[in-house]
Amino acid sequence: MTTWRKNTFPPGSAAAQGLASCHACGLLARMPEQTHDSHDTVCPRCDAPLHLRKPNSIARTWALVITACILYVPANVLPVMQTTTLGATQNDTILSGAAYLWNTGSWDLAIIVFIASIVVPMAKLIALITLLLSVQRRSQHQIQQRTRLYRLVEIVGKWSMLDIYVAALLATLVHFGSLLTIRTGPGAIAFGAVVVVTMFAAKSFDPRLMWDAIETQNHDRAEHPRS
Amino acid sequence: MTQPTLVACHDCDLLQRRPVLEAGQQARCVRCGARLGRHPYSPVDHTLAYVLGALTTFIIGNCYPVVSLESSGIMTHATLLGAVRALHADNMDAVGALVLFTGFIAPLTILLSLTYLLLPLELGRLAPGFAHLFRLFISVSPWAMVEVMMLGVVVSFVKLAHMATAISGIGLWSFGITMLLMAAMSASMDQADIWRRFEALRHGRLREARA
Repeated sequence: MTTWRKNTFPPGSAAAQGLASCHACGLLARMPEQTHDSHDTVCPRCDAPLHLRKPNSIARTWALVITACILYVPANVLPVMQTTTLGATQNDTILSGAAYLWNTGSWDLAIIVFIASIVVPMAKLIALITLLLSVQRRSQHQIQQRTRLYRLVEIVGKWSMLDIYVAALLATLVHFGSLLTIRTGPGAIAFGAVVVVTMFAAKSFDPRLMWDAIETQNHDRAEHPRS
Repeated sequence: MTQPTLVACHDCDLLQRRPVLEAGQQARCVRCGARLGRHPYSPVDHTLAYVLGALTTFIIGNCYPVVSLESSGIMTHATLLGAVRALHADNMDAVGALVLFTGFIAPLTILLSLTYLLLPLELGRLAPGFAHLFRLFISVSPWAMVEVMMLGVVVSFVKLAHMATAISGIGLWSFGITMLLMAAMSASMDQADIWRRFEALRHGRLREARA
């Protein structure tokens, strides 16, 4: 055991023992001495690359979060749907699409669309920024809540694709020539990009970095996992 | 090399003992509460049955329209791949690619790779390239969005109802069943057990090779 390891990872963590769990098959494998996070080390069972921590997690996640923040603007400002009725074109953004549902009496679906398309992407970005800052400040505050927040961010991400599917289906079906035609707008590209980029951002963030900030911990608790 | 009785939490990296689970139990990390393992009630053959069922309904779903629309005598139909084609025609290739991947390629990859992995495993054989395909399944999993598509269909229905007569197609019901079967598939899958079988078969084969 090198001193480098002891200084970097808290006692009780697998990394402090030089053990890495495979992200693909879950095998707990010993990392070779010295070559900690090299790309050469692979899982002895499934050949997936092994890392003690996700490589460049903080920098990668920041890059993706900032990209998503920039894309978030055109995603909400540009129209996702263009409805043409007898020559008149109406542009609908994500927000006006939800408002349309609300105004036509489908308030339940309006709430679902509003949450999936507007609240979730924004909340995801705010949550990831909070998590990133907390890791960089080596915060020990509410670490369990933050881990739970990360798990929520991971689960909820894909539901933002809802509006992409709605726009795609409407654009496929509503093709009645000059009478009524719906096309997808440029906002859909930006919006889809926001969803994909935030999903990658959530994947590249390593929640274990939050726990690395904890210097002292109770070893005994590790002996009795509850089931 | 490896410590089979120990497990590191994937969310907080706490090293802890892997508890022996009984059917229906799940293990959670003592420190952060992350789920570390599960012992579902169903064995591998149940998972395989859900996979084959989902694969069948997924293929059927792709052959028939999900929604049809009727307005003043004109009928339009939307299949999943038809939607991709329509997006391509609208010069929305990026969106079309996203729908194609999350709605078609990712679910199909999951179902085909699991069929390829679990069918021989159930018969006591190891599919060539097992580990590679399992990793493909793991990396593609978060991108399969059949359930999101289903919600999208419901929202579209409401929006369409104000314009014309929307009719649900066979595709809608097939994808609905696919969604349920894929949920059952994930819930019944015991990845630890799959890897245990993998190791047993691999070592069995090695012994045969030596003999």
